[in-house]
Amino acid sequence: MNEIIKVESFSEKVVKLVVKAPRIARSRKPGHFIILRIDEQGERIPLTIAGADEKSGTITLVAQKVGVTSTRLCEMKPGEQIMDLVGPLGKATHIEKVGTVLACGGGVGVAPLLPIVEGFKKAGNRVVTILAARSKDLIILEDEIRQWSDEVIIMTDDGSYGRKGLVTAGAEEVIKREKVDECIAIGPAVMMKFTSLLTKKYEIPTQASLNAIMVDGTGMCGACRVTVGGQTHFTCVDGPEFDAHKIDFDELMLRLGGYKEEEREAFERYLQTVNV
Amino acid sequence: MQEYLKQQREQAWRVELRGKIKNKERGEIPRVKMPEMNPMERVCYQNREVNLGLTVEQAVKEAQRCMDCVNPTCIEGCPVSINIPKFVKNIERGEFIEAAKTLKETSALPAVCGRVCPQEKQCEANCFYTLKLKKDPVAIGYLERFAADYERESGQMTVPETAPKNGIKVAAIGSGPASLAFAGDMIKLGYDVTVFEALHEIGGVLKYGIPEFRLPNKIVDVELANLEKMGVRFERNFIVGRTASFDDLKEEGYKAFFVASGAGLPRFMNIPGENYNGILSSNEYLTRVNLMNASNQDFDTPVLRGKNVAVIGGGNTAMDSVRTAKRLGADRAMIIYRRSREEMPARVEEIHHAEEEGIEFINLTNPVEYYADEKGRVCRMRVQRMELGEPDASGRRRPVVIEGSEYEIPVDVVVVAVGVSPNPLVPSELPQLKVSRWGTIEVDAEIMQSSMPELFAGGDIVRGGATVILAMGDGRRAAAGMHKYLQEN
Repeated sequence: MNEIIKVESFSEKVVKLVVKAPRIARSRKPGHFIILRIDEQGERIPLTIAGADEKSGTITLVAQKVGVTSTRLCEMKPGEQIMDLVGPLGKATHIEKVGTVLACGGGVGVAPLLPIVEGFKKAGNRVVTILAARSKDLIILEDEIRQWSDEVIIMTDDGSYGRKGLVTAGAEEVIKREKVDECIAIGPAVMMKFTSLLTKKYEIPTQASLNAIMVDGTGMCGACRVTVGGQTHFTCVDGPEFDAHKIDFDELMLRLGGYKEEEREAFERYLQTVNV
Repeated sequence: MQEYLKQQREQAWRVELRGKIKNKERGEIPRVKMPEMNPMERVCYQNREVNLGLTVEQAVKEAQRCMDCVNPTCIEGCPVSINIPKFVKNIERGEFIEAAKTLKETSALPAVCGRVCPQEKQCEANCFYTLKLKKDPVAIGYLERFAADYERESGQMTVPETAPKNGIKVAAIGSGPASLAFAGDMIKLGYDVTVFEALHEIGGVLKYGIPEFRLPNKIVDVELANLEKMGVRFERNFIVGRTASFDDLKEEGYKAFFVASGAGLPRFMNIPGENYNGILSSNEYLTRVNLMNASNQDFDTPVLRGKNVAVIGGGNTAMDSVRTAKRLGADRAMIIYRRSREEMPARVEEIHHAEEEGIEFINLTNPVEYYADEKGRVCRMRVQRMELGEPDASGRRRPVVIEGSEYEIPVDVVVVAVGVSPNPLVPSELPQLKVSRWGTIEVDAEIMQSSMPELFAGGDIVRGGATVILAMGDGRRAAAGMHKYLQEN
């Protein structure tokens, strides 16, 4: 059992949860994720760790309401318990001093990006971060990101905050302006795909962190398989970060929809139970 | 060992029992038929056990077939050397609890093994009836299950005695059959035993892998409860090496570790189109249904239901998957296997049950490519016909492609059950640990000790892919080996 200590709504659909998990708080590194199951009937879902506090023994998770589990999770209250939570899983981000790092975060992808930005900054890099979202209310963790970035550029699709345009517009401006040694992109698959295409053009090494479908998260089920450089890899044990220029993003996007019908039906059933 | 068996055989009650019925009469009793649930009815339930178990009369009659041989070759076929004639003869004389106790002298989980062991390749293959009389062997597996079930249902299940606590902490990593056997032996020896499990449920493959129509969860739960009563502690949601490092646990007082983290990564065939939606590993398919209850709408985990489901492979996992597909409503549930029925590694009984349930066997056939609809969901597969050539390293005849034999089969779900590779999580945290090029942990086969003296290992992480009984045997040997190591150091 893992108690929820604090809940903070970033927007109607995005919630930050601080959860008691002392062992994980101590052992996690940037890039790691956890798998949780809310209760006996729940499914197992992966969430990347957005932060941790060793002293209070807590980790921070950010969830966005998409399906049944994420919606139920976002509606949990402080004091409630998450039945199962296991981690840290996946390979930690490889962090070293490279020079200038361009960090691109889209939507809730900014949450897992935060500890990575912090890591690169602490390793002595210049860090330029681009936060992108559809609109102002979906820009999250701006203050925390600013704390660990030399510069932050905000991009919104509708221009309601920062500049109007996609993440790639902001990224290309930085690349044209100064030498970028490494790029990291975390966000929706389509956002990572176009960021990757852009940095490939400029030959900037780029990592993307993938949010594949998983069941166990420990290398057992193979649901999270992804093609990287023509080879099948398992996101949970080989990733979640891969060389973005080698990822087959189109396949990834198709695979993310692998249970779309089943998920839609389950969500409709869920809405009915909530209304009753 | 031989002396002990002989001595037991000469006990008065055994001698008397042998004299009661002439061997000729024993040999004329036909082998019992296991009562089963009707195939058409059972395919409607994911969790109803197919085999119903022998009645008392059936069990006693079957036990009478056993001739209590001078040289019980059946024992040689058992990976944990159960004293088979002793337990069978106890059934014949009606001492069912004694029979169960005999099983427990050597086997940690008899109710499980009676259900999932490939008896036809082990004890029953070495039965006097098989070897010399060319008749059906004594149904040792059915009798094992009978004795274990009888004890459990009698309410007389005894919690084995444990030695006084010695205060030494040891850890088992993984909670499948190897670890459970290890934990049972170590707790009896007085150790402080903690079993660490990565998933939210204890039992390993017995829970996530083997479906309830073959091994009901309640059978496993009783065994787990017994271990808990004996003092074994279970830590769920805990990955040793991640949640806490080996060094952390050593600091917390753990003196030795038994790694039985099982088979991890599912293998795929690396053929075109294999990553389309609707194509998944048997591990994923069975985990969703068995561990996550995906076939029950009250649970949140989804599972793909198909009209035309193809399962690739011929092992027990393939049979479990294809029969699960049938139970999830498939019109056509097919096995696609590249060799013939004779070479199938699955238990004969599972193949037989699958046939009764209307599973289609497309043998001597191998997939070569998958095709998807516009949404990326698999819609058909291309297969080629095979024929059997010369025997290969495994002794089985090698399948050879028949050129020009390719054709297509419509499918909407494909389950790939062609084996697994060892779980990389534990070895990846221990760079100094010696592993084979396949990723299995290398151990001394006698005591299961790895290249790190305080670390022992067993089950699929050592064998690559084996059976419940072999894993249990490893757990027991590791317990004996670790006990010796800890006493000497």
